[in-house]
Amino acid sequence: MHKTSVPGVWRRFKNRYQIVGTQCETCKTNFYPPRELCPKCRRGGKISEKKFAGLGKIVTYTRVHAAPAGYEKQVPYAVAIVQLEEGPMLTTQIVDYNTDELKIGQSVRATFRKMYEDGDEGIIHYGTKFTPIRES
Amino acid sequence: MESKTGIVGYGAYIPRLRIKVETIADVWGKDGAAIKAGMKLVEKSLPNIDEDTITIAVHAAHNALHRAGIDPAKIGAIYVGSESHPYAVKPSSTVVAEAIQMSNDYTAADLEFACKAGSAAVQLCMGLVGAGMMEYGLAIGADTAQGAPGDALEYSAAAGGAAFIIGAKKEEMIATIDCTYSFSSDTPDFWRRKLAKYPSHGGRFTGKPAYFRHVESATKGILERTGMKIEDFDYVVFHMPNGKFPSVVAKKFGIPPEKMEAGFVVSKIGNTYSGSSILGLTAVLDIAKPGQKILMTSYGSGAGSDSFVFTVTDAIEKKRNLARTTEEYIKDKVYVPYTTYAKYREKIC
Repeated sequence: MHKTSVPGVWRRFKNRYQIVGTQCETCKTNFYPPRELCPKCRRGGKISEKKFAGLGKIVTYTRVHAAPAGYEKQVPYAVAIVQLEEGPMLTTQIVDYNTDELKIGQSVRATFRKMYEDGDEGIIHYGTKFTPIRES
Repeated sequence: MESKTGIVGYGAYIPRLRIKVETIADVWGKDGAAIKAGMKLVEKSLPNIDEDTITIAVHAAHNALHRAGIDPAKIGAIYVGSESHPYAVKPSSTVVAEAIQMSNDYTAADLEFACKAGSAAVQLCMGLVGAGMMEYGLAIGADTAQGAPGDALEYSAAAGGAAFIIGAKKEEMIATIDCTYSFSSDTPDFWRRKLAKYPSHGGRFTGKPAYFRHVESATKGILERTGMKIEDFDYVVFHMPNGKFPSVVAKKFGIPPEKMEAGFVVSKIGNTYSGSSILGLTAVLDIAKPGQKILMTSYGSGAGSDSFVFTVTDAIEKKRNLARTTEEYIKDKVYVPYTTYAKYREKIC
């Protein structure tokens, strides 16, 4: 179950933990997950690292009732496409939500969570999920 | 010992899920009202299925950074105190450091001393920063505490944490740490053996020779060393394994309930172990005024207590609203039934 290459995951810690993607300095397009080549500017593009603030809105969502291995205990859970304030869209879990907050256009913020475990003896994968911004 | 260091930023985090004492009592055929009255707590926090000590520590550290307003790359040490580190071998502290964008120029370690590893982390940072070895140290206490099904601990063992950035520049401090004193002894009142899922405890033995002896001795010790009296303090926080124990100590020292109230978070969230007394401290810092004095004494089974004297400074006013308050976390809650609790805490599978 979820046996992942440890070095492969380790290389993406910064992207997963801190929402670090890339930007094409030529056309100012932001990318997350990070791209190494700008699809618009191609050889004319200059890619650099870009950290995103972790604020965005739900573009669309679904509730998962039939989960893949490792996620069974979480059903039903919400998966959404979130558009970050800086532009890129990413697929993410929405957590700690009230039912009425799972809607298109809902403002969300990043939250550091456990993603999954490589069984009982493998590494624990951490990363970013999103949670509704709530006035308290 | 006297100190030249202080708190530059602080942050709390409490997961959103709660379970009521009655809900647990119903499962085991106990009288929920009697347990509530005896332990002086109504409900406890528990982690969501994707939360653990590391995620709690990251959130608390982010909040501390928001308030401190410093570059995380300047933090030279990070210590995470917990008795529920997700890994047996592999530090929680380095995950937290990566998540909050510290540089690689830091020393780190995970600490364990039952419920007082968080306050011990503060002392370590005081030493390193006070000695001029680094500009800032980050001390965190966080736990997702476990209580065996049906055990008395199940009503109180909760989840939460707090983080403190310790610095030595007076103008940046929201509170000075005026003194710390510890009292420790080899007292086996509570323990968890290697690979054991749930802790064991000595029942009534956790009281007089353990909690009370250490909390009272550390508190008495710091009062003697500073020449201060209880009347000199505006707020007092003791470790809160339940609502009863700290109230008994307060009565012995003649501390009026109003000085205990602000930091008395246990009744609403339970015992957050390494996060317990320090979450009481964050709740006090959320409302304290410049010039006010805070006395805090932690307790860790095994056993030891760390006592601290803090003086709140003017900077508190502009920094405290830069992150979510402890009270806001306490109020933002969702109740779960025992079945959900059992599933999330892996009591049934």
